[in-house]
Amino acid sequence: MATAATEIKVTPEIAAEHGLTAEEYARVQKIIGRDPNITELGIFSVMWSEHCSYKSSKVHLKRLPTRGKLVVQGPGENAGVVDIGDGLVAAFKIESHNHPSYVEPFQGATTGVGGILRDIFTMGARPIAVLDSLRFGEIIAGRNTSEEEAAKNRRILDGVIRGIANYGNCFGVPTVGGEVCFEPCYSQNPLVNALALGIAKKEEIFLAKAKGIGNPVIYVGAKTGRDGIHGASLLASAEFTEDSQQKRPTVQVGDPFVEKLLLEACLEAMQTGAVVAIQDMGAAGLTCSTTEMASRGGTGIEIDLAKVPQRETGMTPYEIMLSESQERMLLVAEKGREHEVLAVFNKWGLDAMVVGQVTDGGLMRVKDHGNPVAEIPAHPLAEEGPVYSRPLAAPAPRVESEKDWFAFTPEGTSLTQNFVKLLSSPAIGSKRWITEQYDTSVRTNTLAGPGDSDAAVVRIKDPKTGVVKRALALSTDGNGRWCQLNPRVGAMHAVAEAARNVAASGARPIAATNCLNFGSPEKPEVMWQFSQVIDGVGEACTALGTPITGGNVSFYNETLGKSIYPTPVIGVLGILDDASRVLKIAFREDGDLILLLDGSTPVVGAKHAAPSLGTQREFSSSEYSKTIGGIVAGEPPAIDLSAEKRLIDCLVALAAEGSLQSAHDISDGGLAVSLAESCFAANGLGATAKLEENGPAEAALFGERGARAVVSVTPAHLARVLNTARQYQVAAHELGKVIRDDAFRIQYEGSAVIDSSIPALRHAWAYSLERAVKNA
Amino acid sequence: MKFGVVVFPGSNCDHDAFYALGNVLQKPVEFIWHQSQDLANSDAIILPGGFSYGDYLRTGAIARFSPVMKSVEKFANSGGLVLGVCNGFQILCEAGLLPGAMMRNSGLRFICRHVYIRVEQTDTPFTNAAAKGQILKIPIAHSDGNYNCDEATLAELEKNRQVIFRYTTPDGSGGRFATAQEADDAGNPNGAVHNIAGICNRGRNVAGLMPHPERAVEAALGSTDGLTIFRSMIEALVGAAKATA
Repeated sequence: MATAATEIKVTPEIAAEHGLTAEEYARVQKIIGRDPNITELGIFSVMWSEHCSYKSSKVHLKRLPTRGKLVVQGPGENAGVVDIGDGLVAAFKIESHNHPSYVEPFQGATTGVGGILRDIFTMGARPIAVLDSLRFGEIIAGRNTSEEEAAKNRRILDGVIRGIANYGNCFGVPTVGGEVCFEPCYSQNPLVNALALGIAKKEEIFLAKAKGIGNPVIYVGAKTGRDGIHGASLLASAEFTEDSQQKRPTVQVGDPFVEKLLLEACLEAMQTGAVVAIQDMGAAGLTCSTTEMASRGGTGIEIDLAKVPQRETGMTPYEIMLSESQERMLLVAEKGREHEVLAVFNKWGLDAMVVGQVTDGGLMRVKDHGNPVAEIPAHPLAEEGPVYSRPLAAPAPRVESEKDWFAFTPEGTSLTQNFVKLLSSPAIGSKRWITEQYDTSVRTNTLAGPGDSDAAVVRIKDPKTGVVKRALALSTDGNGRWCQLNPRVGAMHAVAEAARNVAASGARPIAATNCLNFGSPEKPEVMWQFSQVIDGVGEACTALGTPITGGNVSFYNETLGKSIYPTPVIGVLGILDDASRVLKIAFREDGDLILLLDGSTPVVGAKHAAPSLGTQREFSSSEYSKTIGGIVAGEPPAIDLSAEKRLIDCLVALAAEGSLQSAHDISDGGLAVSLAESCFAANGLGATAKLEENGPAEAALFGERGARAVVSVTPAHLARVLNTARQYQVAAHELGKVIRDDAFRIQYEGSAVIDSSIPALRHAWAYSLERAVKNA
Repeated sequence: MKFGVVVFPGSNCDHDAFYALGNVLQKPVEFIWHQSQDLANSDAIILPGGFSYGDYLRTGAIARFSPVMKSVEKFANSGGLVLGVCNGFQILCEAGLLPGAMMRNSGLRFICRHVYIRVEQTDTPFTNAAAKGQILKIPIAHSDGNYNCDEATLAELEKNRQVIFRYTTPDGSGGRFATAQEADDAGNPNGAVHNIAGICNRGRNVAGLMPHPERAVEAALGSTDGLTIFRSMIEALVGAAKATA
């Protein structure tokens, strides 16, 4: 192998600087049968980085359920694909862009959105919705956060939101949902997880398998520059230290306008029938796209870098192969028909160049002006990288006693003030300040945007006729605090809440995608958390019938040795067979009855089960406990997956029969927050409710036990709803009434525990984020 | 009767306009590529929303030089109906087919939400199906919708009754304001002078507005008020066809 093109002699030290261990370097030497040159070393280092190779997570990910009768494509391609009927499929996937978003919030977040959109349209699907799951440090100074820290977190929040908005708004895809949470652990390591959804005709799905010896390999899209070199290996696959700002050059720069052109051009080129395979250039750029296409297709690939469109002069083969410049694609065309493909890209004003061809023999051969600069067997490079069964160790059990837990307020005290405080916290308060910066209605499919329903709902227009029949619902969820306290149970809650949210919009949950955000896999306790979370996600996805179709693992989310909470974010996709049956959270009419549906008490009309002895322990993990008491302890609420399933099936049935006026699940902030939000979403309606339960009022009002939803129903439909609930073994407990009045009153065991007015509560809730941000 | 929807590189509301006219209103409609000078015998032209050419320089600044705009200018100058929505409005201002210019929203952020606009004039091909003073609920989605112009132009606009839509509150009581917050409270989301949401030219055949009527054409989307604007155009075209018949 000629090394003339590159002068640096590779040594084990240089390999170590590239993040390869001694064993990994020996493996490289074995695969190619000699010492690699610097370009080859660079290629191995990115392909075998944690981010690209999943070397620490692979052994665990195998335990996730990935099959289902609607799954057309499971993990391993650019996105998961599920059958949604009428010859259509949905492609969806969630991915993280955490480290770049800390180093450079705007560009980090914007390219995170760009990357996931490319994953979707690479499959031939037109993106129709984006959701973002975000975690930041506290934005208000307080117990664990200094004003300086809070100000920094506000700047990160602002940059991330602008970045997401910038990309999606210009590209022309609605950003319809997601969630945002604030915890001190994300202060030095925010999480930016972006999910995209697209639709395509089933027979028009494209895969990234290079086929047909001699077929031309075509580079399309933006020119290659020096940005993002080692983004995947050095930025995404290592923890932060004090000098993390020096990693700014590894962050890519996004151009949503070029991506929009690339979308239209790719979909048009695919229609010519001359495209054999296509793969986007994301992490590890040209290296990853060439290697994976060849490896999946069982072929080789040969390219000449001199033909790659370049933004800068004097780039070395190493730089070109490792660049993570955005908005680029690699495709394989049918030999003799390349001009048809090139013509489409020329029409859209994009660079398109034949840079090589598919070869037999399985070799990835990279040349520069005809001189070989890298020769590596593609399959071993892509598939025979290191796989680690890293050591696991459960942390020492937490020793807690009653004094560590939330102390309930004495009975009979008004809780109105605490309720107002809870509503005005950034965690519970309205996210309008964020979501109004997103274009939520472009493409005219949004049936339920942010805050309208528990899930985002977009209708499906037939790509050819425009006729609407069905709609898709999506929700992302994940409670890091609960996963920190109990990773397995917390993970099950993440799946259950996402599925419950989808069902509360009326849609039947059918599949899931996951983004697993963790600390360093080299720490046994982090790997233990990871393993527990995989078990929890797997168990819940199996129980709820939502196989995992794809996603991404993000390790090394730690700074100066301190890990984030283990944070699995689960995106669940659901289908609504009749797009006109969307359920929203808003109460609708004066006099409607408010019911609490509870899947965990399989007796209709019964009072809730008596709170277990663990009430105080369980309550200490709630949002209320954190906001009001400053206590994060105990355990997440016990979870009953069969109860969740009963409630989900019941909600879907109620939506289908059209007998509900509104539906809203109970989650962060508990029943009181759900009731209030259903009032806020309505125009000029209030509510009165009576609760009777054993135990403290705060547990009843603000407890976050799952498998519950608040629904409203007209008196005329009450019997029908009760009957359906009974069929699904879901308890339906009458809570109160919707009233045409400003009042919001909750009685607990005969005494008024919350007595306020909707305008007062709304004011606390609606502007909480604005207040926090403008504090800056 | 045929509508033409111009597609600039970076247009992203082109499909929505096409869908509103073709699927919802069942009228013939065709896309017109930005490099074409042939308007495909369209009777009315829509310049859709989006980020034409990326809008990196100034909204609409590049699009106004694209080949199709030469034909659109000719078409407009000979009395043809041209409606610019959002980025289309910005392009019409840049092209000089409408007076004034857009500044960054007063809050300096992109805003997407339903707003309320009052129909100020009904003697235009874009508002003839509305009642004077009618309040329309239509979404906006823009960063640069803060309409402005010099005092003389503003006086001209008002004198010639060229302001056809003004931002207002749901009950129509929105008024003047001194600060951005007051403007917002008064229903003006972006600080536009005189609460201007949409204007027409002196000939009343060219109009631009920041809200997106094509996103308010079905109850499932939250409003059908955008139909009023398209129906006005259809009525005007039918009327014109009868007049020449």
